[in-house]
Amino acid sequence: MSILINKHTRVITQGITGKTGRFHTQTSRDYANGKNCYVAGVNPKRAGENFEGIPIYGAVVEAKEQTGATVSVVYVPPAGAAKAILEAVEAELDLVICITEGIPVKDMIDLRHAMRERNTRTLLLGPNCPGVITPEELKIGIMPGHIHKQGRIGVVSRSGTLTYEAVAQLTELGLGQSTAVGIGGDPVNGIKHIDVLKLFNDDPDTDAVVMIGEIGGTDEEIAARWVKEHMTKPVAGFIAGVTAPAGKRMGHAGAIISGGQGTADEKLEIMDASGIAVTRDPSKMGSLLQSLI
Amino acid sequence: MKIHEYQAKEILRAHGVKTPRGIPCFSDEEAEAAAKLLGGNVWVVKAQIHAGGRGKGGGVKVVQSIEEVKSTALTILGMQLVTPQTVPGGQLVKRLLVEEGAQIQKELYVGMVVDRETQTLCLMASSEGGMDIEEVASTSPEKIHKLFIDPMLGLNRESAIELSGKIGLRKESITKGADLFESLYQTFVTTDASLVEINPMVLTRDGDVLALDAKMNFDTNALFRQSKIVSMRDLDEEDPAEIEASKSDLSYISLDGDIGCLVNGAGLAMATMDVIKLFGGEPANFLDVGGGATTEKVTEAFKIMLSNPNLKAIFVNIFGGIMRCDVIATGVVEAAKQVDLKVPLVVRMKGTNEDLGKTILIESGLPIISSDNMADAAQRVVEATRGSR
Repeated sequence: MSILINKHTRVITQGITGKTGRFHTQTSRDYANGKNCYVAGVNPKRAGENFEGIPIYGAVVEAKEQTGATVSVVYVPPAGAAKAILEAVEAELDLVICITEGIPVKDMIDLRHAMRERNTRTLLLGPNCPGVITPEELKIGIMPGHIHKQGRIGVVSRSGTLTYEAVAQLTELGLGQSTAVGIGGDPVNGIKHIDVLKLFNDDPDTDAVVMIGEIGGTDEEIAARWVKEHMTKPVAGFIAGVTAPAGKRMGHAGAIISGGQGTADEKLEIMDASGIAVTRDPSKMGSLLQSLI
Repeated sequence: MKIHEYQAKEILRAHGVKTPRGIPCFSDEEAEAAAKLLGGNVWVVKAQIHAGGRGKGGGVKVVQSIEEVKSTALTILGMQLVTPQTVPGGQLVKRLLVEEGAQIQKELYVGMVVDRETQTLCLMASSEGGMDIEEVASTSPEKIHKLFIDPMLGLNRESAIELSGKIGLRKESITKGADLFESLYQTFVTTDASLVEINPMVLTRDGDVLALDAKMNFDTNALFRQSKIVSMRDLDEEDPAEIEASKSDLSYISLDGDIGCLVNGAGLAMATMDVIKLFGGEPANFLDVGGGATTEKVTEAFKIMLSNPNLKAIFVNIFGGIMRCDVIATGVVEAAKQVDLKVPLVVRMKGTNEDLGKTILIESGLPIISSDNMADAAQRVVEATRGSR
């Protein structure tokens, strides 16, 4: 078992004909069950063609009807990415994963409003995220598949390479992962730490969770408060950016301390007080988790 | 992206916000001419730098004669203005704003930001203007009134009027306050702003509501469709190392320490700074080389780090995913040769092709300290800086 995706998931790639979309569709299809899972691509100008045997449709709704796919991954460039997500929402997919970095915040606010208005059942993961992987079943996104190992630890993070770091530490200790989820580094995004923790808590095949956050916003604090009240499984946490100066955007659009809010120390303190085991040493994320189970 | 006060006021005026009349100036002669053109008998001479708190540092003066405008302009232009928000040495003043004086009855506050939690826009207003809003938020949060706005629905008149009343505006000034809020909101959404702050917004003695100061920041992700905003960028206000880095598509931020960091991924780059600090060192920079680092990019990154005179050592921390460790290793070796590296270099590489990467580092014959573990590498780089002291 796992959360969000598994080997039975069928995937549509939006932006399959671009350089990034082509490259990552190939590597994702080569991973585990990918060959059976990647069933469609979308590009309105290339409908009827195919990408290495994957049929290309003119619209998401058509790709869904023709293939039964329920999940899409978006590699569309920033200017058109929010529109691409909305198309997947309108086609009523279960999950849209947006890898694209650099989408204007205004576009994301408008999109999230549209999703609320529709009261949609579609979940959005990202944007500006590495994607999601259920090891040895299906990889959707840009993470290196080979560092993962099937197992019972959940991983959720706002950062890509820091997720890989945690996963590699777990794998080295012999601890496999149920699912590893990158929620992305943008200030306005889809599912957040709290949403992923809820899914892991309900997943019978996840025993414990590594939660990785960073400066900016209050997502980690909100998740920590929920953990305190409801989480039945151990959580190990790390927050990047203890040394980050205030008012500076640290690479990710959302990684900024503004108005004295969103510091790493504040997050670590609340996580600690909520029963999450925290470390300030990023090389100890795996061993800390191991000590909890 | 940040702009100057006079530019923010231009944008706000274009959307209907009232401000005092003013003219940007680059010399004392221009300031004198501006004051004559504006007329009246009170002027305000304001240093234009991107940092706030200019008044505290002596960068804002109220004067009452044309001669004084000129002499004040001469003093402020060229000064290193130190404020709580500048680097310790201050920021060189190259531009001024000369404005007509305003007859102030009361100082108020209004600002707008993106609220991440509700994923809407947040209009904040307060009766307490002219001071640090963060201080108001901590000492008397009940005096800050917030309105959350869905941009698809917009700011409705009723809410704007209500907010205007809440901050103490009365009679005909209420509608003027509401007008300003609506114009501010329009400015925010049409320019892809990330922050607009009018502090103070003032109620004049004759009941008018003006933006006496203005600050605007913009969403860099949206600059591709905001060419007018991009044209307002002032490179003199930005860190030269950060400008240089952005040309090579590197995400770089200067810090105060002496250990340079070269990392792939923003989260890991922050974690690398943190782990250096954890073991007693001080990071000299944040640097994310991104997912598609080439030899050229790595070389450029080394050059930028080495342009910092405080640099005592470099820590390369790479998690090879899609980007292979051997590619990075080749880049590091090339860069080290090209820049004639004289400071200790600690490399920690993990992930795809890590063994191949390590072999490349060893065979280069360069004095590179190699490590498998982030904490161990951090300790070694901290030790290396101690050795060189």
